Amino acid sequence: MSVRPLNERPLAKDMPALGDRAGSAWRTILGPLERYRLTPVIIIAVLIALAPLLFPSAYYYRVAALVYIFALAAIGLNLLMGYAGQVSLGHAGFMGIGAYAVAIGPVHLGVPGWLSLLAGAAISAIVAFVVGRPILRLKGHYLAVATLGFGLLLAIVFTNEAEWTGGPDGMSVPRLVLFGWSVRGSQTWYWVSGVCLVLGAALAFNLIASPAGRAMRAIHDSETAASVLGIDVARTKLMIFVISAIYASVAGSCLALFNGHITPDAADFLTSIELVAMVVLGGMGSIVGSLVGASVLVVLPQVLTVLHDYEHMVLGLVIMGVMIYLRSGIVPSIAMAFRGWRR
Amino acid sequence: MAELLQFTFSGLTVGAVYALVALGFTLIYNASDVINFSQGEFVMLGGMVTVFLALGGVPLPLAALLAIATATLVGLALHRFAIETARGANAVTLIMITIGASIFLRGVAQVVFDKRYHSLPPLFGDDPIRFGGAAILPQSLVVFAGAVVILVLLWGFIDRTLFGKAVLATAANKLAARLVGIDTRRTVGFSFAVSAAIGAIAGFLITPITLTSYNIGTLLALKGFAAAMLGGIGSAFGAVIGGLLLGILEAFAAGYLSSQYKDAVAFIVILVVLLARPQGLFGRAKVERV
Amino acid sequence: MTTVLATENLSMSFGGVRAVDGVSIDVPDGFVFSIIGPNGAGKTTLFNMISGLYTPREGRVLLENDDVTGLKPDKLARRGLSRTFQNLQVFFRMTALENVMVGRHRHERTAIIADLLHLPAVGRQNRETRVQAEAALKRVGLAAVAEQPAGGLAYGDLKRLEIARALASEPKVLLLDEPAAGCNPVETAELEGVIRGIADGGITVVLVEHDMRLVMNVSDRIHVLANGATLAEGTADEVRADPSVIEAYLGVGGSEGKSRAVH
Repeated sequence: MSVRPLNERPLAKDMPALGDRAGSAWRTILGPLERYRLTPVIIIAVLIALAPLLFPSAYYYRVAALVYIFALAAIGLNLLMGYAGQVSLGHAGFMGIGAYAVAIGPVHLGVPGWLSLLAGAAISAIVAFVVGRPILRLKGHYLAVATLGFGLLLAIVFTNEAEWTGGPDGMSVPRLVLFGWSVRGSQTWYWVSGVCLVLGAALAFNLIASPAGRAMRAIHDSETAASVLGIDVARTKLMIFVISAIYASVAGSCLALFNGHITPDAADFLTSIELVAMVVLGGMGSIVGSLVGASVLVVLPQVLTVLHDYEHMVLGLVIMGVMIYLRSGIVPSIAMAFRGWRR
Repeated sequence: MAELLQFTFSGLTVGAVYALVALGFTLIYNASDVINFSQGEFVMLGGMVTVFLALGGVPLPLAALLAIATATLVGLALHRFAIETARGANAVTLIMITIGASIFLRGVAQVVFDKRYHSLPPLFGDDPIRFGGAAILPQSLVVFAGAVVILVLLWGFIDRTLFGKAVLATAANKLAARLVGIDTRRTVGFSFAVSAAIGAIAGFLITPITLTSYNIGTLLALKGFAAAMLGGIGSAFGAVIGGLLLGILEAFAAGYLSSQYKDAVAFIVILVVLLARPQGLFGRAKVERV
Repeated sequence: MTTVLATENLSMSFGGVRAVDGVSIDVPDGFVFSIIGPNGAGKTTLFNMISGLYTPREGRVLLENDDVTGLKPDKLARRGLSRTFQNLQVFFRMTALENVMVGRHRHERTAIIADLLHLPAVGRQNRETRVQAEAALKRVGLAAVAEQPAGGLAYGDLKRLEIARALASEPKVLLLDEPAAGCNPVETAELEGVIRGIADGGITVVLVEHDMRLVMNVSDRIHVLANGATLAEGTADEVRADPSVIEAYLGVGGSEGKSRAVH
């Protein structure tokens, strides 16, 4: 935090103009003015609609669908990390619950895919509610290690309960059938995941500009101040943890249905780290940033496969470089540079 | 009884490595508030560099020394070119940088070395020593002795030398340390170097027992981090106890319950401990001043 | 005269040191009630117990004659107790206006599902919250910086921002913890008007402050603490004339304390 010396305070007559410009720019990008809150969502929707014009092959649809699915999970995690300020290193666990729900539901229990997706989201919400209560009392690095442990537990269960999950090799996921229409193919899933992303982004922007959203952003900066203003800190954290778990679960279900196959990798520690990396790289507290972060981390490895063995080296360098030189994350850093506004 | 002893020994062996990794986390955290997730890569370097130098005909002791030197240089470079350049960034950004570094180092290792598992000959042969019905590998004792020697040296250094005092002062209050003329950049750089060296020594010592490969770092970093948190972040004593406890827990869980669920048991215990003591076993509870 | 806030024999210790030792206060409705004392007298600890951040070791806190000892801060806030902080607790990632909008939280009535879907009720709620928050900002003279990120405001403005935020919650009792600390004389003078205005609006103010000119000018009643215990209580003139008060300041605070106590 930087506190300007008192004598540098701008004159009162200069304030309104300065305030308006800086304020509106700040809020369009980082926390939207209520009225314009859906502008970024509309822009995202238009981009999703137009992007296929540039796609030379089905492979591009496939990669883009993966971007949208991970972006959905990243947006949920960003609500928790970037807005409410609570770390989770175990969010892939919820992706795993969503993914295995749409696999186990139809295969073992005869539940239709769409209902399994909803059931998965409900289970994720319940698990998040039960686990979140005790865990969210922890702070900072302790919360990090607790969520990490939680995610790890789920991954271990998925790996070892082979008669249900197929073990380390995973299991195949039956195609989603909606009203007799079989949802399959990269192009179809491009649109399905695109719609999910737009809906998820819209809900997130709604939340941020709402009373509950303000409460959740308040506890990020000062739990003490939030509580003396009547905010139930524990309940607010739990609420946002549950919501972000539902995002991850739905994304996991989409991933499993799209791939037609699921392995415990979707739920493991590395996937959790990848989600965190998407949020941080794109920019904590920036919904658009989560889409950018997901794009970078899904597309980059695809591009880097031409480098074969050098892939990880370059990936590591890119992550380090972005974090060193754009330390607030890609979108907020660019936004700040764009305004020529230094904190 | 013999079984119990056996599990305890194997738990302590692995636990000693966790303890050293956790100690590395703690040293760097105390000096710079950074949680260094590339800590496990130092262990990997310690093992892999030794293996490949030895394959190239370098005598084992020299190979080990060179491996430790390599890791130390990597630690210094990480501090100088990444952490120091990003000074002032928030904690999550710094953690992401160390994760990036970890991916980078793994990538380098897979290019420079290979993707296979490697071993080293144990220092004192592999005839197990019988003790109370349990069989102990001589190398286990080497690992344990190595850990003890490192701890004693480190303690002696911090407690008995002026530079050690400067490191302590930096850990306690960076600004105050700078005001009394301590070059905190040097002390922080030093903590990275020492953490890297400790990790590399652990890697060299444990390779004959657990094998090594380019990608062992992630899991070790994760366990070391968990051990450090179990002990209470910032407490060196806590890190060592946390590491040993984690090793023993895993060994008992694997032996008595199920080897598949050994990590699960370990983490459930960590969760329970943290819920009872949110500041870890030996960490200090912070009172927020308003 | 009705008592709105009272403590009975309130005590707290840290590691064997008695920070607050059996303090009883009686704050009449609508008063500006100041608590003064040398550094380390236990003023902020007393505030922290009254506002629910610390659980007292002994004694009771009564809000409108209800025993509220040990209630959590958010529960107390919902009963009409709000406060500001000596060390700023501003929401730095939000604009000034949004900070104050958070102060309206206890009056907001929308469910989480409605918030996610932005049902019309949420829009109405937001508009109402915004109007009230703007009014609170105006009351402390910060209307001009409403849209600025709080992280960029000057120190004195942040102090007043906290007051506006607490006011927005429409408390019955407002605890102000050293609102003038770090403010220049002009800002302190403005603050005097703000505090008087709050009290005139029917809100009881409990003030912890080191600036004696401000305390003497604005207080209806002054309670003096030293070493965690009550030393004296009375009007400004009574306290000023009390020899034990002068001695406490001279004994602990040296010449600085003397000049402050005598002015």
